[in-house]
Amino acid sequence: MLWEQQVSFMHESLSRSSEEAQCSCFTQTPAWHRSCCSAWAPRNVAAVPGGGTRGLCPFCPYRAAARLLVSLVVRVLLSRADLGSCGAPRRAPSFSLTLRCSFPSSSWWSHVEMGPPDPILGVTEAFKRDTNSKKMNLGVGAYRDDNGKPYVLSCVRKAEAMIASKKMDKEYLPIGGLADFTRASAELALGENSEAFKSGRYVTVQGISGTGSLRIGANFLQRFFKSSRDVYLPKPSWGNHTPIFRDAGLQLQAYRYYDPKTCSLDFTGAMEDISKIPEKSIILLHACAHNPTGVDPRQEQWKELAAVVKKRNLLVYFDMAYQGFASGDINRDAWAVRHFIEQGINIVLSQSYAKNMGLYGERAGAFTVICSDAEEAKRVESQLKILIRPMYSNPPLNGARIASIILNTPELRKEWLVEVKGMADRIIGMRTQLVSNLKKEGSSHNWQHITDQIGMFCFTGLKPEQVERLIKEFSIYMTKDGRISMAGVTSGNVGYLAHAIHQVTK
Amino acid sequence: MHGPPLPSTVTPQHSRCCRPRREAAVLPGARPPPLPPLPPVINPSPRRAPGAPTRGHRSRHQLPPARRRAPRRGGASWASHQSAAPQRHRDADVTATAPSRDRSPPRAPAATSRSAPGPPLIGGGRGGGGPGGSLIGGGARPPRPAPAVKVSVSSRGRAPPAAPRTGTGTGPGTGPAPAMAAAASIFAAVPRAPPVAVFKLTADFREDADSRKVNLGVGAYRTDEGLPWVLPVVRKVEQMIAGDGKLNHEYLPILGLPEFRANASRIALGDDSPAIKENRIGSVQSLGGTGALRIGAEFLRRWYNGTNNTATPVYVSSPTWENHNSVFLDAGFKDIRTYHYWDAAKRGLDLQGLLDDMEKAPEFSIFILHACAHNPTGTDPTPDQWKQIAAVMKRRFLFPFFDSAYQGFASGSLDKDAWAVRYFVSEGFELFCAQSFSKNFGLYNERVGNLTVVGKDADNVQRVLSQMEKIVRTTWSNPPSQGARIVATTLTSPQLFAEWKDNVKTMADRVLLMRSELRSRLESLGTPGTWNHITDQIGMFSFTGLNPKQVEYMIKEKHIYLMASGRINMCGLTTKNLDYVAKSIHEAVTKIQ
Repeated sequence: MLWEQQVSFMHESLSRSSEEAQCSCFTQTPAWHRSCCSAWAPRNVAAVPGGGTRGLCPFCPYRAAARLLVSLVVRVLLSRADLGSCGAPRRAPSFSLTLRCSFPSSSWWSHVEMGPPDPILGVTEAFKRDTNSKKMNLGVGAYRDDNGKPYVLSCVRKAEAMIASKKMDKEYLPIGGLADFTRASAELALGENSEAFKSGRYVTVQGISGTGSLRIGANFLQRFFKSSRDVYLPKPSWGNHTPIFRDAGLQLQAYRYYDPKTCSLDFTGAMEDISKIPEKSIILLHACAHNPTGVDPRQEQWKELAAVVKKRNLLVYFDMAYQGFASGDINRDAWAVRHFIEQGINIVLSQSYAKNMGLYGERAGAFTVICSDAEEAKRVESQLKILIRPMYSNPPLNGARIASIILNTPELRKEWLVEVKGMADRIIGMRTQLVSNLKKEGSSHNWQHITDQIGMFCFTGLKPEQVERLIKEFSIYMTKDGRISMAGVTSGNVGYLAHAIHQVTK
Repeated sequence: MHGPPLPSTVTPQHSRCCRPRREAAVLPGARPPPLPPLPPVINPSPRRAPGAPTRGHRSRHQLPPARRRAPRRGGASWASHQSAAPQRHRDADVTATAPSRDRSPPRAPAATSRSAPGPPLIGGGRGGGGPGGSLIGGGARPPRPAPAVKVSVSSRGRAPPAAPRTGTGTGPGTGPAPAMAAAASIFAAVPRAPPVAVFKLTADFREDADSRKVNLGVGAYRTDEGLPWVLPVVRKVEQMIAGDGKLNHEYLPILGLPEFRANASRIALGDDSPAIKENRIGSVQSLGGTGALRIGAEFLRRWYNGTNNTATPVYVSSPTWENHNSVFLDAGFKDIRTYHYWDAAKRGLDLQGLLDDMEKAPEFSIFILHACAHNPTGTDPTPDQWKQIAAVMKRRFLFPFFDSAYQGFASGSLDKDAWAVRYFVSEGFELFCAQSFSKNFGLYNERVGNLTVVGKDADNVQRVLSQMEKIVRTTWSNPPSQGARIVATTLTSPQLFAEWKDNVKTMADRVLLMRSELRSRLESLGTPGTWNHITDQIGMFSFTGLNPKQVEYMIKEKHIYLMASGRINMCGLTTKNLDYVAKSIHEAVTKIQ
């Protein structure tokens, strides 16, 4: 196609061939090329003061031949040399040669492919277009209240009012973020009585919510965790985990986690796979409310996982996006993280305040490394700053300030704990109602996993064709894997949802 | 989209050919050797010429003849950059900044470890294939024939013998690690990085107890009382936002707030921009100017000049904002070079050096240009000089990446400060422009920036944006909303917009006033040297021309804090401290040579 483009450009050029030649290959070239050179030249060379014949025109055959020759030589030389050490795995041959030739004719970017749209976005778009009054969007990843509306926590509103009244300045934050915020985040995750927290052998930097924190962590591991490039993700995991770690330069592997037959944890499979992971690899664990399955290990299972992870000497990366939002209890949701640290496992941790404080668009998050001592923590912190500086210099203040005020003001913190429990309870309530409504509808399937699962998401176990029917016949939108966001379920529509699910599963 | 792959005659990646250059790839020149506790992973730069000659030399033309390739036309330029080498940082140019670089080699240890032939930074990541690519982004990548297992083997093959500083095995599959390793911390070998110079300077200033102390180091506006200033229009808009019960904290789209993006680009390109009319611009909301540069750099590394071509040279001005280097290095570019910009002798623009460098740069190189108020020199090309620059860049197929951090703040006029960018657009360039709203809106900590993409047509731009979306998704998912809301609200209301332009002018005028006051004081004191450059320069910063020793004197004896390069922030001057600063400069210049 590129060749076609090039050729078509040449045709175009021929047709508007003009006065004089500038390309230095001109004199020896056949007529057709002469015309294209002259078409190229006036636009690209004549404007130069002094004019002149610098450079061949970009599609000059001599130039192409020269490139070809050079690339051949280099290739041959390299193939004789140690290819393994040359970096990237083989990929499809690129089109650098043709591209260069076609650049000036069209755009630098004519070869850039259209990236596939985010699947969730597709669901949202289709939902928006649907005119059915009963339509439901179960694809969104944000909490909705029982009226299906976005919800701003009242402690957040209060913190914002406090900030507004103080007329604070807008000076840059330090690279590592707001100190009050990072300290409070570490305390929230580790617990105020944690030995690691009290001894100061940790470092926490502010991140751009969960994704940004994961990315800082991934880049840090890429740079300083030298023993392995492999990150083991649960199967399945949040769709963005794979590209985040891959873009940071790490490789993705997987361990068994979810059993589609039972719609619950495949604990035996997970233990088997994890015990075979090469020592000193990286393993990612969802601290609570596993996304997308909603399936978490029980505390006894976490203990066994901690034991095997310790035995295999794996680096544990906890992703904690839902602390408090899962069970309604911040301590219970952080249990696994704290247990691992108590077992002497020095974890790394990403936190997000998107869900538990409803600060989605404010991008508040944190990345923590548990170190062996405070001195090491200082060194690690210095390197984290080096990573952040060329990424976005320093983090945004607004969300972190809101979170920090909530966490550090006793009354607001109390209020927040009540509100986050309120959100969790609503979701747990919807799970129960969904199951009881399914029973009422007369469904004979076992839907116990809906109430066993936890957090915003529920893996219903619906098959793609059933999802298709839900979308087409009932205007109930969700991702193809059968994941539904429980936040989109309300007391007003849970009956309709149960009815629809029963219709497609009976 | 592509046609059938060409036969193997086409070199797939420059990364192949660039391997021999790896050692020198990471900012040679100004970097000190690694910190003592580290075993020297590699020789920092055996090929760097010691005691390099002073000026005007270009590394690759100084190489021994055998390695040398004249930058002949056409295809030759492709080859010539392979031999490009050490010394891309011309020591002479760095004289002014050398100390500051020396004091701020924050990346040195990290850089050293990275310059070892290990897997490339972020770029390398694309090599590592995950099993079953994710839903997101996976489809955008070129097919990768090698399964993940093989990938890990090849990457292990690249591990340098000295690399595993953790003292452990080189990777998985090398057998059980020694038991001792379990006891040591995973991160025991992480070296302490030195602090970023600007931040360190501010910390030192804070600790200074002297009442006369003056901070001329920071990069933020200060009022004549020396205080941070929140623009009145920003306060007003914030009140409006706070009082709007309909607003919530939902996620923004991945590329950001649509009103913000469109208006931010309109500010940069002008209302009557042909590119806007022809619907061939795109925008990505980003975290400040840095974020915009980073997203742009990541995109270029993936899709410019071939796919994943980390060998494309990236040229930054000498001197430049120190973060330009790091942004492009961390995005995976391996060949960061400098172009002549500051002529220390005449304290102005070295136009000839700049144009020469552009002439000699390999075609398709990326040039980072400061749209206005060059940081740190405060020296901008004139419109005529910009025209010459544009002509050479066009002829040499160089890609302009503008960094516009001070629009309106420099001259007080939005249009004047955007002249260069708009001229390039009118000349038909495809370009990127990283915009920051930190300074001109005073929204430093809200992290508001925008990357404007100007392409040949709408189709190209849409495809580019779709790929940028993938990059943003793995960097911060979606940008913070507060700052973008403030800017969008201001820019969309004619009345608020007028008020904002007024506020910006207030800031610019105060800076211009301080410039003329400082100059006249120095001249009336009879301070040796010429001082017209202080008023010739523009924007927040001025390159005073003070040498490192004089700077040290200013800090130690006078409690006046400035960057070792001699760069001062004009906003740190007030009517109250002007006399003191002028006298101190006078003393420094007369006492210290």
